[in-house]
Formats: sequence, structure tokens, C-alpha cells
Amino acid sequence: MRTLGSFVTRFRDRFSTLPKGTRLAVLVVLVMLVYLLPIINPPGLTTVDSDFASVLFSMAMYAIIAVGLNIVIGYAGLLDLGYVGFFAVGAFTVAVLGSAHGHIPWLLCVPAAIAVTMISGVLLGAPTLRVRGDYLAIVTLGFGEIIRLVLVNTSWLGGAAGISNLPTPPSVSLFSIPHLVWNGAVPLVDPTASSTFLKFSVTDATPYYWLALSVLLVILFLDWLMQNSRVGRSWEATREDEDAAELMGVPTFRFKLLAFAMGAAIGGLSGTLFAARQGFVNPDNFTIIYSSLFVAMVVVGGQGNRWGVVAAAALLIWLPERFRFLSDARYLLFGIALILLAVFRPQGLLPPRRRIRAIAADETEEVLEEGVTHA
Amino acid sequence: MPDADEGRRVPEQFAGGRMSRRRHPTPVLPPPSPHSSAPIDPTVDISVEDAAAPQGRMLEVDDVTLTFGGVTALDHVSFHINTGEILGLIGPNGAGKTTCFNVMTGVYQPTSGNVRFLGEPLKGRKRFEITRLGIARTFQNIRLFSNMTALENVMVGADAHHTTGIVGALLRSPKHRHEEAEGYERAQHLLAFMGLQRRSNELARNLPYGDQRRLEIARALATNPKLVCLDEPAAGFNPAEKAKLMDLIHEIRDQGYTVLLIEHDMKLVMGATDRIVVLEFGRKIAEGTPAEIQDNPAVIAAYLGVDEDAS
Repeated sequence: MRTLGSFVTRFRDRFSTLPKGTRLAVLVVLVMLVYLLPIINPPGLTTVDSDFASVLFSMAMYAIIAVGLNIVIGYAGLLDLGYVGFFAVGAFTVAVLGSAHGHIPWLLCVPAAIAVTMISGVLLGAPTLRVRGDYLAIVTLGFGEIIRLVLVNTSWLGGAAGISNLPTPPSVSLFSIPHLVWNGAVPLVDPTASSTFLKFSVTDATPYYWLALSVLLVILFLDWLMQNSRVGRSWEATREDEDAAELMGVPTFRFKLLAFAMGAAIGGLSGTLFAARQGFVNPDNFTIIYSSLFVAMVVVGGQGNRWGVVAAAALLIWLPERFRFLSDARYLLFGIALILLAVFRPQGLLPPRRRIRAIAADETEEVLEEGVTHA
Repeated sequence: MPDADEGRRVPEQFAGGRMSRRRHPTPVLPPPSPHSSAPIDPTVDISVEDAAAPQGRMLEVDDVTLTFGGVTALDHVSFHINTGEILGLIGPNGAGKTTCFNVMTGVYQPTSGNVRFLGEPLKGRKRFEITRLGIARTFQNIRLFSNMTALENVMVGADAHHTTGIVGALLRSPKHRHEEAEGYERAQHLLAFMGLQRRSNELARNLPYGDQRRLEIARALATNPKLVCLDEPAAGFNPAEKAKLMDLIHEIRDQGYTVLLIEHDMKLVMGATDRIVVLEFGRKIAEGTPAEIQDNPAVIAAYLGVDEDAS
């Protein structure tokens, strides 16, 4: 575990010394490769017993959730155990507006879903963020269950049966891309499988994966913008010492509420993707177990590091699918892996680093010191 | 004026000790952001006449009583802080010094009485609003943001007068960029001022004890205060470190800040402050110049104790 961390560190150090053009080129190629994963079907990575593109879509979707929850838990330090509630609100907003009580296209449902989840985040946060720590965890745990029970018991929201015939994202069929199959180390064109760019259908998850991945990249960028600003600093200060932060001029309640709203919005956005891919939603999709899975992603990845939680989300979805042949034993192994992680690397796989600002500060320091010696 | 301590590398503009007090100091701290609520310029020269006038009272504690259940922590305490002075707040353990700080910074609301800052009553104001008005503090038991770097700690302080919200941050608005640059510069200057420039990238929790204490002062100064309240800033320091710190506190005052200082070390307080207020069991028992306090029988009794029959 420790070697993984130091390996990543060394890799980053090596990488940051490369010229800017090279770095950009490497990044572009990497991103392209990630986009093409369901086309390439790399042996070893691909899941044999379940559709690889579907698994990839789930990985990207859960990664978005993990990034959103990371804002709440990792940055602002608010343990939210009911995050699945926001995921549900996002998915059901699409269902209500697009199928049960209207025929609004998916693309228009998305901003509506984000708005509704944001409002629900504020509504949940306004009374509950006055309690701290464990108490907040209990209250949010209740929130997740309340959402599910309301869904089960409200016929307007489909009741226990849920809502089907959800709208799909708009398709524009431009061209078709054949998939690859591997004969040992030799890639061959698969005559039976191809993906159409960009046609969203039940049979092919690849376009959904592309959509989710694109959303993830945008969210990661927005997350970076938020973290490297007064907003991110205020969140972290609140996490570290709420009273001290308040006395240093941080309106902590407002920023906690903002963290809740932002986290909720991202969770809701992820819910809209889930709704689009699944085609139907019912309350069983949003049980409490998912909340714990989301928290596990953030904790395993390293609270506060967006790349860590993305990696953890991908890993926690991929591992059970990859090792499906182990049948139920995989959950046992999964649990053992989590315990080992908690024992040997409690800070998570990739705890956050503060490199960029550190370098900038080093340079300024030199300038300051030179100023002194020459003065 | 030679620099008091060669060990610390203080930028030229921070040099100058007590003697330079009324000289126009070089503006060292960046001007306050245009968005700040009040015009604050710590480098402004404060004339003696001004300090003597009633407006020269920066903070007034007016008949403040604070009770917790049946315990009276502060009992009709009244004193004031003049603009530009260093006021020492002393007293035996449990006298109510820190409680007094907490009332002034809005942590506790007084049961009765009032605290006025620049004529404005602080009653009912939120803690962060009081900080924005211009009162900054440090903590007796260090309370830094331990998993943030020294630089980030100070930048949080500098953010007190910033108003960039989520939209500004996401759009990288001109205001965001201006405030980031200003906060960064201010933080770097303050770290250099406190002799911490080499530590700016280290996590606060990894800093040695003394640096953590200094970082707290830097963070408090970053909020661009008019009044700086230091709660036992030299606790745990050896005599040499204490002397250095006192020089630094004088420099802070010379930059135009008003300082309220809680300190246990009597010798140090006598040498470092302009006036002293003494608390005992939540009551003010004396107030005056260090010389007056030194000879005050009530203070001597409070610190050394007296025989039953002698009192």
C-alpha cells in the first residue's frame, strides 16, 4: 500500500519535470485511451461475465458521486451518510418530469434535477448543519431513508413499482466504431459488436460511458476551481477547526451549507445519468447500502483528494465485476481488503498533497530572500 | 536600529524597533481590499492627541457580567483599550482572562453589560462579523488548521475581508483573481514578518511549537484587524524566545495595530505593556501603568497571597 503511494508520488514528480507540450500530449493520449476503453476491450481489464461498457459506465457514474461526496466529507468534513438521497432525488426528478408527469426531454431534465437536488440539499442542511460530527451523520442517515420511504409510499412518485419509460439523452447517429476482440496478444475487429457515435440505446452502454466520462471530467475541473479558491480554503478551515475558522472570519454555517448544496447537485447530476441509462427507477435502487458504498469510496480513496476518490470509486465498482466468477466469495474478499486498508493505510490510497501551491511559494520565498540580501 | 534577533531573517521593511514608533513606517502590509467593510490601514500614523480623545478608545468593556449557571466568570468588569497601546490583561489562573477574550470576540454573549468596539456595541453580532469589524485573536491552546499548510492558514485569515463566492470561484472572475493575489501576497509578507517564510509549505501540525504560536499571530494579523488579542502567546517559551516575541509584539504595535495581551510572566508584562488590567476571580482588582500595578497591594495579594489577619 505504502509503495503504491510513493510510486504515485515519484511518478508525479518525474512527470512534472517534463516539458509542458509533452505533458499535454501524454494527457491527451491518456484521456483518449480512457474514452476508448470499451472499444479496445483490453484483456485483463475487461470484465468477462458482465458487459464491459456497462461496468465502465457505472465506474464513471460512481466516480462522479464520489467527487460530489468528497466535497462534503473530504473538504468540508461533514460526514453525510444519506448521500444516496440526493442521488435518488436527481433520478426521480428526471422520472417525474420526463415520464410520469410530463414529457420534458432528458437534457432539460438535467438542470431541473440539479436545481431540485440543490434545494433539497439546502433544505436538509439548514436545520441539520447546526449539529456536528456523529450527530450530523445520524441525521443524514435518516434523510437517506426518509427519501426512500417517501418514494415507496407516494403513488404520485410511482410508489414501490417506480417509474419506467424514462427519456434518454438525444441521439445523433454519425458513424459506427467497431469493437476489438483479443486473440491472445493480437487485436482483431469484432464483427458482432460496434458502437454508433452517438446513439443512446438500451443495447449499447458505450455512448452512456462516454457521456458519464465527459461529465466526470467537467466535474473534476469545476471541483478543482472550487477547491483552489476562497471557497475551498473556507471548507477546509471549517473541517479543521470550526470555531477557529469562525473566529478568523469564515462564515462557517454558510460554507457548510454551500458544501451540502454543491455535493447534492453533483449527486443529483449523477442520478440523472443513472436514470437515463437504466430507463426506469424504483426505490430499491436507492437503499441505504449505497450510502455506505459512497462513503467507502471517499474513505478508501483518501478524503480530500479528487483523484484518489475517483480511483477508489472505479476500483470498488470494477473489482466485484471483474471477479464475478468468485461468486459470493468476492464480497468476503472485498470486505477483507477494506479492513486491511483501514489497518495499514487509514488515510486512504491517495491522500491529498499540496504540491502546486508549494512550488509557487518556494519561488516567491527565493525572491523575498534575495530582496533582503540585496537591500 | 539594529535588528533585535539575527537568527530570524526579517525583510528590511520590518526592521526597526520601539524607537521608530512614531515614524511613518514603510507600508508593509498590502492595502486593504476595496471590498472590506471599513477603511483599515494599519500603517497609518496615530497621533497622540487622537489617542487621548474619547474616540481614541478602541474597545470598551462596560460593566460586563457573565455567568454560567451559578458560576460568575466575569463580575461587573469594565475597562477600555486605547487606540495604539499595548494593554496587558493579567491575573492568576482562573481569573477570567480568556473568558474576557471570549466575550470580546463573540464566543460568549455577556449576561449583562456591553462590549463596544469603536463605539459599536458587539452584542448579538456573529463571531465572523466581529472579526471583520477588526478584532483578531490567537488561542491559549493552539488552534491552527493543522492539515493545511502555514501559507493556507494565513490565507484563510486574509480571506476574512474577501467576498468571492462559489460563482466567482467557478468563473475565475477578476475579483477572485485579485483577491487570491492579494491574500497570497499578504500571507507571504506576514509569514516573513513572523520569520516563517521557510515554513510556508509545511503543514501546520508539522511545525515546531514556537512556529505554531507565531503562525497563529500571523493568521490573526492576516484578518487585517485593528485590535489584536494575543492569549498567552509566549506560553512555553524560554526567556530568550519570550524576549524575541515581545520585540515582535512591539513591532506589530508600531505598524499601527492595537494589542491586547494576556501573559502570565509578570516581568515580561511589566516591560512590554503600556497599561495593565488585573483580574481576579472575575473581578477587576486594578488598572494602571506597569509601575502602578507593581506597587498595588491588591495585585501583590492576588499573586502572592496574604495572611488571613493581614487582609
